[in-house]
Amino acid sequence: MIIAERKPLEEIKNMIAGYKRILVVGCGTCVTICWAGGEKEVGILSSQLRLASNKEENELSILEAVVERQCEKEMVEELRDKVQEVEAVLSLGCGAGVQTVADIFEDKPVFPALNTAFIGMPEGEGLWTEMCGACGDCFLDRTGGICPIVRCAKGLLNGPCGGTRKGGKCEIDPEKDCAWVLIYRRLEKQGRLELMRKYYEAKNYRAVKRPGKVQAVQA
Amino acid sequence: MEKVGKIIAFCCAESAYRAADRAGRLRIRYPDNVRVIRVPCAGRVSVLHILKAFEKGAAGVLVMGCQEGACQHLTGNARAKERVKYAANLLQEAGIDGERVKMVNFGPDMAQKFVREIKEMVEKIKEGK
Repeated sequence: MIIAERKPLEEIKNMIAGYKRILVVGCGTCVTICWAGGEKEVGILSSQLRLASNKEENELSILEAVVERQCEKEMVEELRDKVQEVEAVLSLGCGAGVQTVADIFEDKPVFPALNTAFIGMPEGEGLWTEMCGACGDCFLDRTGGICPIVRCAKGLLNGPCGGTRKGGKCEIDPEKDCAWVLIYRRLEKQGRLELMRKYYEAKNYRAVKRPGKVQAVQA
Repeated sequence: MEKVGKIIAFCCAESAYRAADRAGRLRIRYPDNVRVIRVPCAGRVSVLHILKAFEKGAAGVLVMGCQEGACQHLTGNARAKERVKYAANLLQEAGIDGERVKMVNFGPDMAQKFVREIKEMVEKIKEGK
């Protein structure tokens, strides 16, 4: 699923400065699961904005809504009545959600309240880890179902590098497992170690910090 | 006594609520601006409950749960502690002193501690004025 983190309140306040009536819209799918943009988070952000505007004596009226999936036009359509009542929309959806809302209500400014981080899975309570780089050319058939593009800090397709620590940890972060050690052990278990001896051509992908992590507290 | 705004005390039914009740039965005087809300467990109090209390005009919020390790739902008070910490950061972000929300651990017979915590919160609010 898509993992996102909320932007700092100050940044959100600057985006909506000057608007007196706004709609805060959450999404009931990925960002609800990762505690970034569900019903509760919509309530929390709205409450924070009300408290801040009272403190600064700004006039601000906030409507709240959550759609089941903000990346689906039919579901976003349901917001039409509420959007007509406001001057701007603050979306707690992923980048796709924000853009869907902006496409449907072209006459209203739509602002993102989240930073979309990565595609990942839950590792523990409130902790999500990046699992897929959405590279468009899946490599998992050769690596025992472990993606070296995001789980290896260097994104190596022909690993491991020379820096694997004792105990199979990464040289860049000793807290993280070396993805290529995991791949070796998985392939060994499956009797497919011959795959480790093949060389693969490098992909053309952007250098990004990997794997990403989001730590949140359940409200 | 100088008046300060309302203080909302979310009290766990198993500990803090009994301590509050005991303080009443012992006729211990404490500030009259506290509003006790009985909850089945401190873990029932969400960040949103805390923020809404401030939004509706509360000057301070106390989340009162059982002693560490004594929660009958096992982790309710530990979760409450995390949530209070999170709520304090959110309040601070919105320009409100994060110390206006506090988690306190109680045993059911700690009437004096209940009163002391409320008085401390009142003092903190007065200082912040």
